[in-house]
Order: sequence, then structure tokens, then C-alpha cells
Amino acid sequence: MIRSSYFTFKILRYDAKNPSREPYFQSYHIKVLPGLTVLGVINRIRDEIDGSLAFRCSCRSAICGSCAMVINGKIDLACRTQVATFGSDTIILEPLPNFEVIRDLVVDMTPFWDMYEKIQPFLIRKSPDPEKEIYQSEEDRRKIDQFVNCILCACCYGACPVIADEPGYLGPAAAAKLERFVLDSRDERPAEALEQVNTPKGVWACDTVFRCIDACPKDVRPTDAIIGLRKALVKNRYNRILGLNKK
Amino acid sequence: MLNHDILVVGGGLTGLRAAVGLCDRYNVGLVSKVYPVRSHSIAAQGGINAALTNNPDSRDDSWEKHTFDTIKGSDYLGDQNAIEIMCKEAIKIVYEMEHWGCPFSRFSDGTIAQRPFGGAGYPRTCYSADVTGHSLLNTLYERAVAKGVKIYPEWFVAALCIEDGQCHGIIAQDTHTGELIPVRSKCTFFGTGGYGRVYKHSTNALINTGSGIGMAYKAGVPLKDMEFVQFHPTTLVGTNILMTEGCRGEGGYLFNNQGERFMKRYAPSAMELAPRDIVARSIQTEINQGRGFEHPLGTYIQLDLRHLGENKIIERLPGIRSICIDFIGIDPVREPIPIMPSQHYSMGGIDVNERTASEIKGFYAGGECACVSVHGANRLGGNSLLETIVFGKLASIAIQEDLEKDNLKPNEKPLKMLKDAVLKKIERLTQPGGEKPYIISAELGAVMDEKVGIFRTHDEMSQALEKVIELKNRYKNVSVSSAIHYMNYELQSAIELEYMLDVAHAITLGAILRKESRGAHYRLEFTKRNDNDWLKHTIARMGDDGDPVLSYKDVVITRYQPMERKY
Ligand SMILES: Cc1cc2nc3c(=O)[nH]c(=O)nc-3n(C[C@H](O)[C@H](O)[C@H](O)COP(=O)(O)OP(=O)(O)OC[C@H]3O[C@@H](n4cnc5c(N)ncnc54)[C@H](O)[C@@H]3O)c2cc1C
Repeated sequence: MIRSSYFTFKILRYDAKNPSREPYFQSYHIKVLPGLTVLGVINRIRDEIDGSLAFRCSCRSAICGSCAMVINGKIDLACRTQVATFGSDTIILEPLPNFEVIRDLVVDMTPFWDMYEKIQPFLIRKSPDPEKEIYQSEEDRRKIDQFVNCILCACCYGACPVIADEPGYLGPAAAAKLERFVLDSRDERPAEALEQVNTPKGVWACDTVFRCIDACPKDVRPTDAIIGLRKALVKNRYNRILGLNKK
Repeated sequence: MLNHDILVVGGGLTGLRAAVGLCDRYNVGLVSKVYPVRSHSIAAQGGINAALTNNPDSRDDSWEKHTFDTIKGSDYLGDQNAIEIMCKEAIKIVYEMEHWGCPFSRFSDGTIAQRPFGGAGYPRTCYSADVTGHSLLNTLYERAVAKGVKIYPEWFVAALCIEDGQCHGIIAQDTHTGELIPVRSKCTFFGTGGYGRVYKHSTNALINTGSGIGMAYKAGVPLKDMEFVQFHPTTLVGTNILMTEGCRGEGGYLFNNQGERFMKRYAPSAMELAPRDIVARSIQTEINQGRGFEHPLGTYIQLDLRHLGENKIIERLPGIRSICIDFIGIDPVREPIPIMPSQHYSMGGIDVNERTASEIKGFYAGGECACVSVHGANRLGGNSLLETIVFGKLASIAIQEDLEKDNLKPNEKPLKMLKDAVLKKIERLTQPGGEKPYIISAELGAVMDEKVGIFRTHDEMSQALEKVIELKNRYKNVSVSSAIHYMNYELQSAIELEYMLDVAHAITLGAILRKESRGAHYRLEFTKRNDNDWLKHTIARMGDDGDPVLSYKDVVITRYQPMERKY
């Protein structure tokens, strides 16, 4: 029989509308089944103890990307983290780093979405659409597999040391999204479309320390995307010098 | 006051597709209580149906056969004209989504891959591994970004404004500021999703409260066929996270504690790929008769994928594998998955026709919140993603036609009055001292699970009805813990709770009155379908006292006369 036991949740609280009150940790003691997830517990805290606690959630199955936060020092989705995994009865929750906090565990995602929109995150075609599907080989489909899996949860963005120092940096998720299209055999964006990330705050800012890869709950490797984009940019440059760029 | 020609509520597949179809010509605004990609559509796994005939086993498939399977699957309650339209459109919209970049899985000849799904005569379910909803929703969101659709993310709609038979817009709350904003629009389209969370055990996202359905109903739009609730056969024990039908489509087996593939006793030829209502009842029967396995989180049946081999599982069902590892510590490559049935889909919803139009001028709905009806008494797997995109598209066409024809003039006055009413309501909910809302929603979920579930009886459902009425009374005295209006998720849930109770009321009353078994509605006292008396849609309108008043409407039958449903 699984038995429930007491846990202490220390949650960093802050309200940007009331900035005179410094961020502080509030503790909640709650009896839970060890099979419960962190999201399951904070939902119970909000329901049963303190309805003012703010956090985002939706699917509770690690696919919608709403509930990224720092859990005992590690960035992850609250919904897929079991309370029992820490071997400790105290769990500390903090909002995702590299973002402004709006309230408690809710951060302002605007800069993240701005970068996402900037890279033209959609399939670009010049050829007319065929009557049926655009053919794609299984092998070509496999090339985009890992990048397609990105759920835009911003765990990588929160983990990235470059963003901390360099606001305005493209960031791992947007790079992964761009690479998802660049590698897509159906995409026909012109070579110049990559120029917007060919800047000191673009793909060249990455220190390749792989924190984004560690933080990704979906096994996406944004660093692969950044390296891929850098290679494509270098190749474009040679092609340009040699006059080989496709028009 | 904000003004738009067209206001779309919902950032799921339905809402996005409608907005994408209209934004070039009209001033469109899209409101969603979560960022669009957080919508529940993201979680769809198995795939979307279209008779593309790509699979070597489906060369002589056609949209007509898809239509027939859907009608039969619906237990003949679906409207045949609408089903025909959907199955014909299916082929176009799957190609369109592919052209817009959807990363479908592929066959070796480079065409879109298709897998078998329950209740279908041919393998016609197009998929993107086991994250089809994720791939489709991202693609449509990308399209919306490319077209510059004006989106209001994290705006919560609290009420729908209808007066004198016309829709004037909505009252939204900006979650970030707490401000109430009336939005005036000539046409309002709801793609607000299903009501899964009216049940305690559900595969649905936590945000799937059905508040859109409830607010349309409260504003005077009738609901249709609410008693038809789909229970998915295979959901992970404990969390009820979905284990897609694709698991069985790829060849997975179901076993009881005798080591028996028990589906042979219930659907000897379709076996595990019988439609959902039949498989769910079979599993529940096995459990009820003591042939399940015991687990602290509930009694379960095994879904066994091991014989598919590691490669196929990793290639075709990677999401299922990681859910099992993350959420229950089981690797399906090595162990069977413990599953149980739970609430999954809302067949019923806002009563609309095949153009997504309601009887109210300027108000339209599509996707899971609506009932056209294309699913009738039982939805086939892979037909719901299809419905969202097809009817999102058809809504954009219908709305344009209607706007060209009619010069609709929505008024500010009823919107202002409604805003005051919502504000008053918030003030009441933020008075201290009342009962906590979660207690009511927890009791609601439990009673719906227990008494309006897979197997239904008059006595149990009457008890459920009494309970729902009691909870509606207690709701008048709930209060939330914090009086601030912004980022107050408990407050938003409390507003939605009223709508959930109304939805539950309509489901339960509809189910009590329908004295037959059809599709997902199974009555232990009336185990047969009764076409003489019940081949008709249930229509629920909210009466002056807030209780549902039921009437009935004919099913549209074109080419297929009802037959016995055998698999
Ligand atoms: C786990 C799972 C797997 C599934 N797999 C499949 C599958 O393989 N194939 C298939 O065909 N079907 C599948 N389905 C069903 C299908 O995914 C859904 O029916 C479909 O995605 C619903 O889409 P929608 O656009 O109608 O609503 P949703 O995607 O639920 O979107 C609703 C939108 O409305 C907004 N909203 C709701 N209420 C409010 C409010 N009050 N204020 C503001 N905004 C609001 C939400 O923010 C959201 O953006 C699955 C369902 C589940 C639960």
C-alpha cells in the first residue's frame, strides 16, 4: 500500500504589482501520496490552502509547456516531476529564471514569444502547392524530428547563461524553431532569411555550454540547432563569395 | 470597449483555423485563456482521419467509406449531411495542413503515413508520430503568426452577450491586470473545447471546464446531445493520461488477469480495434467482474505493446513511452501498461448546424464545444481533430457569407450591462466566509464519475441529479481566498464552476430521459438501441429557473438507414 506523508513546499512569492514587498518564501505543509507530481501538489495548495498562489498549468501531461519552473534548483515541468524523486521532504519552487516575474511562479513570457515570432517560425514556400502532399522522404522527416518535439516551455531559455548576461539574445528555443524549418526539405526560405540571426546577439552569442540541452524536458538539443545554423551561415557566405547562392 | 468585426474565442485548432480563414478580410480578434499552443488540442496523440489512400491496405478507401464508418460509429445519431461534408473536406484540409508545414510521419514513398484506428474499415488515420495534436496546433499557430492574427493571450472570457436574438460580443478578463473588457463584435465564434473536467477522472487538460458551453447555454443558446460522453478505454491508471488508440492501431493487445485477450468475447472480428464505447464497456465489465489487476490507484487492465518490439515503439509511440516512464515508472518496451477507462470527449455541445451557425444571429461555434452533430452517440478516434479543422474552416466561410449578406449592428448597451453583472458576480465571489469552490468541483467530479459514467441506471442518475442541484445551491455561497482581480486563478475557476454545474445538469437530465442504449450512452435497464422512440437529438435550453428544459430534434438521414451495429 502506498502511504501518504507530509511534505514542505517552500514557494517563492512575489507580486510585481506590489513591488515594495520583496520576494519571500512561503511554506506550506501538505500530506500527499508520493506518486503525486509537483503540479498535483501545488494545485492542491491553491485549492485547499491558499487560493492566491499563482502558477500556470494546462495539460498536466508534459506536452503543453505551461508549467516550467525551478524545482529544488533544477528547471523542469512541474507536471512531470514526482515529489518522491528528491529523497527529501522539502521542495523549493521558484519561477523560471531570465524572465520578469509577474506573480509568484508566473513569469512574463513576452521576450520569449518576441524572439519566436522574429525568426519567421513558419514554412516558407515559393513553389506552388501540389494537388496532394509535398513529398518528403522518411529520412528527411527524421532530420527535423527532435526540433519538431519542442513544446515552447522555455525551460531552455530559463537555463541559458547567455540570456542572463545578454538580454536580446535570440535564445535556444527560437534557434531550434528556425533550424526546424531550415532542415525541413519542404521549406524554401531564401538564404538571406538566416541573416537576421547572423549577429552578435544571434547564433554567435551562444557559448555552447549545453545548459539548454540539460534543461529540455523533451530531449531537444537546441545547441545542435545553433551549430547547424552557424554552419549554414558560413556556407552561405562562401557561396555568396563564389556567386553560387540560389536566387 | 474593444471592437472587432469577428471575435474568436479559443486558441485551439478550431479557433485558430477560423481566425486564419478570416483575418485577411476582416478585423479579427482571438481571445484565449491560455497561450494558443497551451490549448488542449496540443495533447492529441493518435491522428486525424482522411481517406488519402496512402496506406497499401487502403487503396480502395474513399470519403464515402469514411462517411459510412462515421455514421455507423455514431450509432446513427450523427447528421449524415454534415458527416458527408466533413469526410469530403477531410482530404483537402489534411493536404492544406501539410502544405502549411505540418510534419506528418511519412511512408517510404514520401506520402503522409496512415495507421488503422478503431471503427474504421481502412487504415486512414494520418499521424505525426504520437504527437499529432502538437504538430497540427503548432502548424496552425505558425500560420496565425505568419498572417498576423491579433491574439489576446491569457484573456479569460467570463460571459457571452446575447440580447434580442443577436450576439453582441463577450466580457473578457485580462488575467494579467484583472480588468474586465467588453468586446463588441458582429460575429462571435466559440472554439472553446470540451467539458472533460466536469468528471473527476478525465484525459482532458485541467483547463477543459466546458465554460464556453455553459456560458453559451446561459446566454440562451441551446445545447445538443449532452448525455453523450465518451469514455476512452485506455488511460493510465492514477493520472488518466491518455494512451492513444494508436497503441492498439499499431497492434497492442488488451489482457485481463487471466492472461486472456478478452476482446474476443466482445468484438470477435474487430478485437482491440472496435469503437471506443464498446472497448471501454468491455474493459469496465472485466474490471467489475473481478478480472482486473489491483493497484493502489485503481483496478486496471493491461495494454501490452511488448510484442511490437523496441524499434516500433520508439519510432511510432515515443510520446507514450516517455509518458509511461515519467508518470508511472514503467517502460512499455519491457512491461505492460496499466490502464483503465475514463472520461475523454464531449460528443454533445452547443447546438449548431453544418455551417457552425447557432439559432442566434452572429453566434457560431465549432470543434469540441459544439455539436453539429458529426459524432452522434460515439466519436471515432481521429475524427475530432478532423472536426476542429474542417469546421474552423467552414466557420470562416459561413461567417464571411453572413457578413456580406447581413449588416449586423451589435450594441454597446447590453455589453455594458453584462459587464456590470460580471463585476457584481466577482464581488460576491470575493466576499470572504463562503465554502471553497474546489470542494464543490471535487464533489461534482466524483458524482459524475460514479453515477453518470459508462454504465448508467435511472436510480443512480437521479441521485446524481439531486447532487448537482444541491451543488448548484451551495455554489451561491462559495468564496475564493483572495479578493484581488488579477492573476487570480482561483477566481476564474470559481466563475467557470457555475458553468460546469449547468453543463453537468444538462448531461444528467438528458441521460435520465433517454431510455435506450446508443453509442456511449449505455442504460442497464434499456440495453438496446430504440430507433422508434429515440432516433433524435436532445436539445437542452436553460429555463427561467436555471434548470434545463428538454426537447427533441430529428436526425438528418440522407443515404444510410440505421442498421444494427456489429464489429
Ligand atoms: C489526450 C487526448 C488525446 C486526443 N487525441 C486525439 C486524436 O488522436 N485524434 C482526434 O481526432 N482527436 C483527439 N482528441 C480530441 C481532440 O484533441 C479535441 O477534441 C480537440 O483538440 C479539441 O479542439 P478545440 O479546438 O475544439 O478545443 P481546444 O483545443 O480544447 O481549445 C479550446 C480553446 O478555448 C479556450 N477557452 C476555453 N474556455 C475559455 C474561456 N472561458 N475564456 C477564454 N478562452 C477559453 C482555451 O484557452 C483554448 O484555447 C484527443 C483528446 C485528448 C483529451
